[in-house]
Amino acid sequence: MLVMAEVGTPREYEIVIEPSQGWLKVKWDELWEYRDLIILLVQRDFISRYKQTALGPVWHVLQPLIMALVYAVIFGRIAGIPTDGIPTPLFYLCGLLPWNYFSQNITTGGATFINNAHIFGKVYFPRLAVPISIVVANLIAFALQIIPFAIFFAWYKLTGDHAPTVRLTWWLLLFPLPLLHVAVLSLAVSLLMAASTAKYRDLVHLNQFIIQIWMFVTPIIYPLSKIPQQWHWLVWANPMSVPVEAFRLCLLGHGALRPAEVMISLAITILLLFAGIAVFQRVERTVVDSA
Amino acid sequence: MKPIVEVQNLSKLFRLGAIGASSLRESLELLLRKKRTAPAVAPENQIPSDRAGEEPNSFWGLRDVSFTVQPGEVVGIVGRNGAGKSTLLKILSRITEPTSGRAILRGRVVSLLEVGTGFHPELSGRENIFLNGAILGMKRNEIAAKFDEIVAFAEVGPFLDTPVKRYSSGMYVRLAFAVAAHLEPEILVVDEVLAVGDAAFQKKCLGKMSDVARAGRTVLFVSHNMQALQSLCTRAVHLEQGRVAAIGTAQAIVAEYLSRISSATGEKRWPIESAPGNEFCRLTTIRVVTSAGSNGSVLPSKHDVVVDMEFHAEQLHQGLCVGFDLTNSEGVTVLRSYQTDGASENWPAVRVGGNHWRCVIPAGLLNGGVYFLCPRIGIHNVSWIVSIDGAVEFELMLDHGVSPFWNSLSGSNRPGLVAPILQWQEAVL
Repeated sequence: MLVMAEVGTPREYEIVIEPSQGWLKVKWDELWEYRDLIILLVQRDFISRYKQTALGPVWHVLQPLIMALVYAVIFGRIAGIPTDGIPTPLFYLCGLLPWNYFSQNITTGGATFINNAHIFGKVYFPRLAVPISIVVANLIAFALQIIPFAIFFAWYKLTGDHAPTVRLTWWLLLFPLPLLHVAVLSLAVSLLMAASTAKYRDLVHLNQFIIQIWMFVTPIIYPLSKIPQQWHWLVWANPMSVPVEAFRLCLLGHGALRPAEVMISLAITILLLFAGIAVFQRVERTVVDSA
Repeated sequence: MKPIVEVQNLSKLFRLGAIGASSLRESLELLLRKKRTAPAVAPENQIPSDRAGEEPNSFWGLRDVSFTVQPGEVVGIVGRNGAGKSTLLKILSRITEPTSGRAILRGRVVSLLEVGTGFHPELSGRENIFLNGAILGMKRNEIAAKFDEIVAFAEVGPFLDTPVKRYSSGMYVRLAFAVAAHLEPEILVVDEVLAVGDAAFQKKCLGKMSDVARAGRTVLFVSHNMQALQSLCTRAVHLEQGRVAAIGTAQAIVAEYLSRISSATGEKRWPIESAPGNEFCRLTTIRVVTSAGSNGSVLPSKHDVVVDMEFHAEQLHQGLCVGFDLTNSEGVTVLRSYQTDGASENWPAVRVGGNHWRCVIPAGLLNGGVYFLCPRIGIHNVSWIVSIDGAVEFELMLDHGVSPFWNSLSGSNRPGLVAPILQWQEAVL
């Protein structure tokens, strides 16, 4: 009955529709009004993704596991890339945690306008709700990925051989921070990619290429210690490097981050976020006209 | 009282396909071409100067449209295809932005430009009710409060937990309309959505719409169903080529609109020098008339529909096929006809110079509705010479039936693509 009472109260609304000016006018209050939609989009994503597959969520456990084992064989055994004494499967699993979350976000988020062209042409809601819901929905896959990591971690810890490199530290409690960093960064990149692919479909292919290359310039399959000192700035110019290193620090107790590097990475991320919001908004105003 | 909807000098400029590049390559090519010369435009693509905007290759989808709507009014919007109705609704629904001018909406808006937007086939009916409601701007608790009513209206109770991909199309449409109909916004914007579903459901939808109107909500309604417009709407706006042609009572506007479209000719002519085609055939005229001689764009179905084609041949070609497709407003090809369809001794002869042929679509075959004549001329098995979609538009009023249920004016057409009256008799064993 309480619910009924709420429905009955009309609110003062005044919507003014006019050609908009400015690059960064996000109606945050309106986005908040639509929070239920974001939740339901997350739910839709989850249900639709797992209803059709036989193994369902198990894929999110298997995929990084297989990847990590393949990397362990190719990069660890054959190429002989060292992992700073960390057991190779654990090293790769730890790097893949933030990376898979990031790449899943930008792959689907980067196609926001393409995948939702029909719905965007028929109904209004804050378009930002879609990429935001993707970033939230993929947290479920992220959580599932922690399972193989945790199993490997426990196994190496208990067998005892790797005690000095596999460490549980208080840093563990801070791991939501790099996760948040990845979420914001992937939202920013999603917005940039979504805006670019809305205008030029061809860029879908370029974006896939960027994602592949980006992985190799991020310290996921190699440790930072293997990079010659004069190239370090290049690694730190990549805003994904800090959260990946931070994951290793938090989950494996290994490595160190200097405040300057963290600051640069955060600054680039925020810059990208503003750029992303600006171009996304620019595109969302008239994207329907060309569809 | 302040008007609930105020539209002030709303204009929308569209750029034509050629300039609004859709691929990177086109964009780059365009950039290179612009540097060298001004873009070459075929004469037929050039926009008459009165429709051109500041930019070349653009046209005004809406031009200086102004009107106001008082709370509780139900306003119909009429106009031919391309008159700007959909553009106006899209701007008022905030799907796209105007180029200039503005609109003020003093209330929550829900727009129903399509039934079932955002339905996900994998989700159950229950999940889709919540998702669709949220997409349309409802809060979760508002949907929960209306949930039972929605389910009852849609008559899908036993299938609530079935994925909607297993629903029949009727159930799907009922559920989708039910969600939208129970939103209770202050302003409801509806586009032609009542054209879906069976007759009984359409009646139910119209009933719900008039309930909404009687409850004091404001409705903006686009429809080709003049009957529904007249019975639901208090006022109407007639759009023509993006401008407001007239505003007035629904009765007056519908009458004015009908008289205006029936005086437009269902004909397309080209001067010989720019006629589409090649040396074997240049199409100069395609038009539709009835056997009774009326040469307008609204024709009664009880007379033959005569398709008239005039073309010019400089050289003869054995394989020349002259014909047309008849398509309906949904883009379905209802029929295709060529002069070569029958036995060759009955084909009209092609002469060097002018040719004037006609083809009769017999009375009492076609259903009521909007049709398009699309000339299709080619060399048999070799190539197309002329192929133009929607060259001529005309509307057929269904009036060849004896029974009152066979009448466009009774509110609906006969179900089916065609509406012939067939022979029935007792089977003799």
